[in-house]
Amino acid sequence: MMLNWAEFTPISAAIGGIFIGIAVTVFILFSGRIAGISGILANALTLHSGLGWRIAFIAGLMITPWLYSFFVSEPLVTIAAGYPLIIIAGLLVGLGTRMANGCTSGHGICGLARLSKRSLIAVMVFMVSAFFTVWMMRHALV
Amino acid sequence: MAIIIALISGVLFGFGLIIAGMSNPQKILGFLDISGNWDPSLLITMAVAMAISAVAFFIAKKRQNTFLGDKMVLPTHSQIDKSLVIGSLLFGVGWGLAGICPGPGILLAGAGYMKGVTFLVSMIFGMMIHTKLNIKK
Repeated sequence: MMLNWAEFTPISAAIGGIFIGIAVTVFILFSGRIAGISGILANALTLHSGLGWRIAFIAGLMITPWLYSFFVSEPLVTIAAGYPLIIIAGLLVGLGTRMANGCTSGHGICGLARLSKRSLIAVMVFMVSAFFTVWMMRHALV
Repeated sequence: MAIIIALISGVLFGFGLIIAGMSNPQKILGFLDISGNWDPSLLITMAVAMAISAVAFFIAKKRQNTFLGDKMVLPTHSQIDKSLVIGSLLFGVGWGLAGICPGPGILLAGAGYMKGVTFLVSMIFGMMIHTKLNIKK
């Protein structure tokens, strides 16, 4: 392993983390709910009660690039994967997060912060699985 | 009121993702590529977000109701089952393939990237497959 110092951005990473932490805090203390994004999206599609706030949360996420470009600048985005890979990735993320009942936000940030053993297992599994997948894609199969 | 709180939380979360660089799949892949040139930025984002959230959950666990008087809805599952492990495994593969997890996926779709929209639609399909198959816990 080598550290990529050129790409390492500790300060903006920490500031971003503060924003995410505040988002989680506002949501749990004022709404009484976990800011788990895959769950909010999935339940917006299937549940009939509580549709309004779920759509509002997702809409909030969706308008941020526009708000951000309004105040700061266009966020830097590079999506290297081609469409077939994007589709497979999307299907796996959708199915997997429903089976596991959470993703990077629900299990990753909220679950670990709640000291949930279930979330700890989920995070360890999806981290190792993602590390391995990227290793396969970037180093083993090339 | 619940709608306004959710909207504010969604916007704050999205800002966090963008500022941290997590809305950029290339940045995420740089974090997941531990055997290459590793970019540990996401670790810092998660650690900081988690530390703040931990305080919030510490307060939340001691309360019956929210600051607005609604009921606190904290997860009650504690069972570690096959569904949790297999689901996380599949999610990890999907995350590693494109460098996109649900939050950034929704955000990229909102930003108008066709690949973001494609990811979001595929992800919703994946969720519907789960509902249709009614995969048991």
